[in-house]
Amino acid sequence: MLELRNLSYSVEGKDILKNINLTIDDDKFIVITGPNGGGKSTLAKIIAGIFKPTSGQILFDGEDITEKSITERAKMGISFAFQQPVRFKGVTVKDLITLASGQQISTADACMYLSEVGLCARDYIDREVDASLSGGELKRIEIATVLARKTKVSLFDEPEAGIDLWSFKNLIEVFEAMRDTIKGSIIIISHQERILNIADEIIVIAGGELSARGTSAEILPKLLEEADGSATTGCRYYREGE
Amino acid sequence: MDSIKKMLLEEVADLHSIPTGAFNIRLNGQADGRQNSEHIEIVPKTDKPGIDIYIKPNTVNESVHIPALVTQTGIIDLVYNDFYVGDNCDILIVAGCGIHNDGHDKSEHNGIHRFVLGKNARVRYVEKHVGSGEGTGERIINPQTVIEAGENSYIELETTQLKGVDSTIRTTKAVAEAGATVIVKEKILTHGRQYAETKFEIDLNGEDSSVSLVSRSVAKDKSTQRFVSVINGNAKCAGHSECDAIIMDDATVAAVPEITANNVEASLIHEAAIGKIAGEQIIKLMTLGLTEEEAEAQIVNGFLK
Repeated sequence: MLELRNLSYSVEGKDILKNINLTIDDDKFIVITGPNGGGKSTLAKIIAGIFKPTSGQILFDGEDITEKSITERAKMGISFAFQQPVRFKGVTVKDLITLASGQQISTADACMYLSEVGLCARDYIDREVDASLSGGELKRIEIATVLARKTKVSLFDEPEAGIDLWSFKNLIEVFEAMRDTIKGSIIIISHQERILNIADEIIVIAGGELSARGTSAEILPKLLEEADGSATTGCRYYREGE
Repeated sequence: MDSIKKMLLEEVADLHSIPTGAFNIRLNGQADGRQNSEHIEIVPKTDKPGIDIYIKPNTVNESVHIPALVTQTGIIDLVYNDFYVGDNCDILIVAGCGIHNDGHDKSEHNGIHRFVLGKNARVRYVEKHVGSGEGTGERIINPQTVIEAGENSYIELETTQLKGVDSTIRTTKAVAEAGATVIVKEKILTHGRQYAETKFEIDLNGEDSSVSLVSRSVAKDKSTQRFVSVINGNAKCAGHSECDAIIMDDATVAAVPEITANNVEASLIHEAAIGKIAGEQIIKLMTLGLTEEEAEAQIVNGFLK
């Protein structure tokens, strides 16, 4: 269980997150959504340990991890998929998946994770994670590294960002499969209706605050109504087919 | 075979025993073993130190090993090795130099290699440089390579220096005739106060000749690196040089390109990128459970792999 208590984050006097209180139970599929610039990615990075909160506490299975490093949190069981995956010259896809799994794994095992994210493993396993890969390919490899970690909490920061519609359609299927075989909590930051649709819970972060929380059935219709009703909300939800 | 010699042979030439095929081992400035094969003849020079290696035309799938080792302190070795590669050959040449210096005097190896490639000849040349030993004496390796790439020939040089060499100045000169291809892949890691300089001077004289120089390097501590690439496009040709360096600590890296097109059909490119390890690379690996130090080592190892 992940618990955020009175969590705030500010930079140069500007409040990015204000007093967030949130509990995420085990084995849940949670989608965090809200307007751009509302603090969602910051929240995910604070959970992963990349940013330190200005005040407040983070508890993981009852243990205060607020002061723990990125590495310590990773070892405790928190994974994070970057919105913009990092490229590495010379590091192959297999190297990265092996590092993610934390042990020597066979090529067949590494390929399995790639297949899960819809990549033909044979074509990718020995390729370098560098500029030769497209944004969509990198995104899937990023997700494969999180799958390989098999941790209690998996955070995905806008998996749909920067990839084309065709690639995204496949990604949705990846998340749908994860939804069905969930072991541990999945927290996805997303604006995508199809991802919001399969959430156990939707959390809306706007203006640095937790503005709504509830089941998909409770929250999604309101969000879509707002998005349809006003072009000035700054919060857009992409509907399939549009 | 004593243990230091064995260790160096393994490191520089990947040799675990006496190789099959032609070889010449040079130890402390003297010949220390030589073998010819049916198609490859190694002849000692009479006018200066070194050997001539004659590879008969049409020799394929054969290799020549010519490692040079210095295990005594205070040795200044100079050697000339000339390769005459016949038409239509396809061979592997494994060179490399290892200096083990446990003493206080400077040990130095200067290997001057010349390749004369016949028509359609293909050569893959692999060279590793390694320094070891606990002494305060410097370990210096200054190789010079001169390539005369004949019509439609192909030569690929893979050179690696990852540890222990205090100072190196590597000079490579090549002249490429029509259709000839020269490829250089260089990997260098310097640390401490080491100095490494690589200088390339390539003349693309023949139509459709090409060169690709790719250098990947990591400079740590207070070490200094300098990469100089001069490419002259004198015909319809393609030239590409690329210097990609990771700089750490208080190191210095300079990339000095000079590309000159003397023909309107010459297409020449130089790329250079020098920078520290990106913070987000380290963060990504930390989110996979690596410590900052482990992440850094992984990035450097991958970069130089």
